Amino acid sequence: MLKEKYQDEIDEILSRYPVKRSALLPLLYLAQREEGYVTEAAMQEIAGILKLTPPQVYETATFYTMLNLKPVGKFHLQVCKSLMCALVGSDTVIGWIGTKLGIKPGETTQDKLFTLSIVECLAACGTGPMMQVNDDYYERLTEEKLDRILADLRQTGTSSLKTGPFMWPEPAAAKSGT
Amino acid sequence: MAGTGCGEIGDINHLAVRDSIRGDCSHFTRDKTTFMKTYEPILLKNMIQPGYTGSLPEYERAGGYQALRKVLGKVTPAEVTAVVMKSGLRGRGGAGFPTGVKWGFLPKDYQGPRYLCCNADESEPGTFKDRQLIERDPHQLLEGMLLACYAIGAASSYIYIRGEFVLGAKILEAAITEARAAGYVGKNILGSGVSIDIWVHRGAGAYICGEETALLESLEGKRGLPRVKPPFPATHGLYNKPTVVNNVETLANLPHIINRGAEWFASIGSPPKSTGTRVFCVSGHVARPGNYEVPMGITFRELIYELAGGMRSDKKLKAFIPGGASAPFLTPDHLDVKLDFESVALAGSMLGSGGVTVMEEGTDMVWAALRLMEFFYHESCGKCSPCREGSSWLVQIMRRIVNKRGQMADLETLTDLCKNIAGRTVCAFGDAEVSPILSTLKHWRHEYVTLIHAAEAANLIRPEPAGAKH
Repeated sequence: MLKEKYQDEIDEILSRYPVKRSALLPLLYLAQREEGYVTEAAMQEIAGILKLTPPQVYETATFYTMLNLKPVGKFHLQVCKSLMCALVGSDTVIGWIGTKLGIKPGETTQDKLFTLSIVECLAACGTGPMMQVNDDYYERLTEEKLDRILADLRQTGTSSLKTGPFMWPEPAAAKSGT
Repeated sequence: MAGTGCGEIGDINHLAVRDSIRGDCSHFTRDKTTFMKTYEPILLKNMIQPGYTGSLPEYERAGGYQALRKVLGKVTPAEVTAVVMKSGLRGRGGAGFPTGVKWGFLPKDYQGPRYLCCNADESEPGTFKDRQLIERDPHQLLEGMLLACYAIGAASSYIYIRGEFVLGAKILEAAITEARAAGYVGKNILGSGVSIDIWVHRGAGAYICGEETALLESLEGKRGLPRVKPPFPATHGLYNKPTVVNNVETLANLPHIINRGAEWFASIGSPPKSTGTRVFCVSGHVARPGNYEVPMGITFRELIYELAGGMRSDKKLKAFIPGGASAPFLTPDHLDVKLDFESVALAGSMLGSGGVTVMEEGTDMVWAALRLMEFFYHESCGKCSPCREGSSWLVQIMRRIVNKRGQMADLETLTDLCKNIAGRTVCAFGDAEVSPILSTLKHWRHEYVTLIHAAEAANLIRPEPAGAKH
């Protein structure tokens, strides 16, 4: 149960809004953080906390693509395929990942480590091709970089190749550019 | 505190006067080594300094929170609105509505709560400026929000940030904590008696939540379906209370306008209608994609060929999108169009969110239009039938044509469908989704025809026998 484990955090979330229902997305995120996806039990509990009916929670949860209603792998690889990334090779990246991991878009590897999803624009159009893995962005992907990221994720659970606070072009180049 | 603060503002104002005396074209200097024009950055000024992390002490050292000190308890909210109105600042999210005018729509005599929502749902394909403004200089945005809250009389404000920007949300939350500890956010700010709170609210992956009323619905914990307008958010917004929704870049401009004056701001760009700078996001087949802050009114040629380094290879430019996925495509003939609201509109497109996507020779325009159409199909919220059903139909026809299974009648159906979607939906999404198809049909119709001829030649479709009945 979320309530027993995260009472303080739930109270803090509720304190931000004058109307309880506004806390719905933050609480669904909390549920997803706990289980890796949003379970039906969690949706019912959240409905109770916010004094909503379960269908009210369900209708909201099903609208948003970032809320997983089914389990995903430990690392959720989400590759952008919108035009800007496609112009600089996102389809190739999707192909590489498919070959390297032996999965098609929408599938999870047998060891439950990786899920591959194809997504729409993630606002990294100047640094494509790119993908998001769980909370982190990985940009200007090359096959070599992708190999390192996958190896890093397997070994350490994260990778130093992820993007930090974003700026492109990088400061030195930007100074002469702007 | 006030003494040193005013001194600094005085100095800045002095520069502003000098800038404005020099006139609008003196906003740039020429780099001696490259002979390339360089422009004075405003929004990116701090972050391009080597080592600048965007922390509160660094932001303060760079003159941060002086605008807030200048107005709190010293200038009335109405005067702040008047300054913003006079500056000519227009919304940087896409629609370009004058910011001060938007604020002015709030009811003057309403006693209950009012809200400010910062639209950080940056989702327009081709746009990635807000992400940089948030992650590299969060206090600049917070100060802008505090100024806007003060002007409209809001005690609570929310930053609606797209769910994927996890790092951005963390950076903003840390910055709010810093600002709260320093007395810039919270109760009785800097002893002025004014109280303003700011919270970060993460979206969860829905393009439509960048539309202001869908954003409000989402913030209320519902599906992000745009509301029918009127009533407008100015009177019936968040929780049915008077609300202003402003884009990140719009808000980030406010401290500078307060510090340096409306006249200074209004002298930059293409006055009187497109004032100030824009952070243009260049993507696609250019040598140096990225964010470039320039005064509005420079040409696409300069942005693409000088700042972004021209094409990435010896292939020539074939097409570009001037303002995000919702803006109709333009051709090399439009390279000398100026990057301001009016000029781009006159050329048949829109400046939109400032996302400029460049395509080289060899890019299949029908494929490009299909990719954007797939985006709109995926992101249609489903509220209005023309958009929900139309986007699905458009994608099916486009896929058929790209896969060489199209027929000539498809072109007529495409045009007909587009006409029945645009202008017939609750929000502007309907107008946006037809622009890639209509503009590519206008400029590159022959590419559609070639694909259809290929389909006919391959005999993949059989002509209907004469007299056939269904």
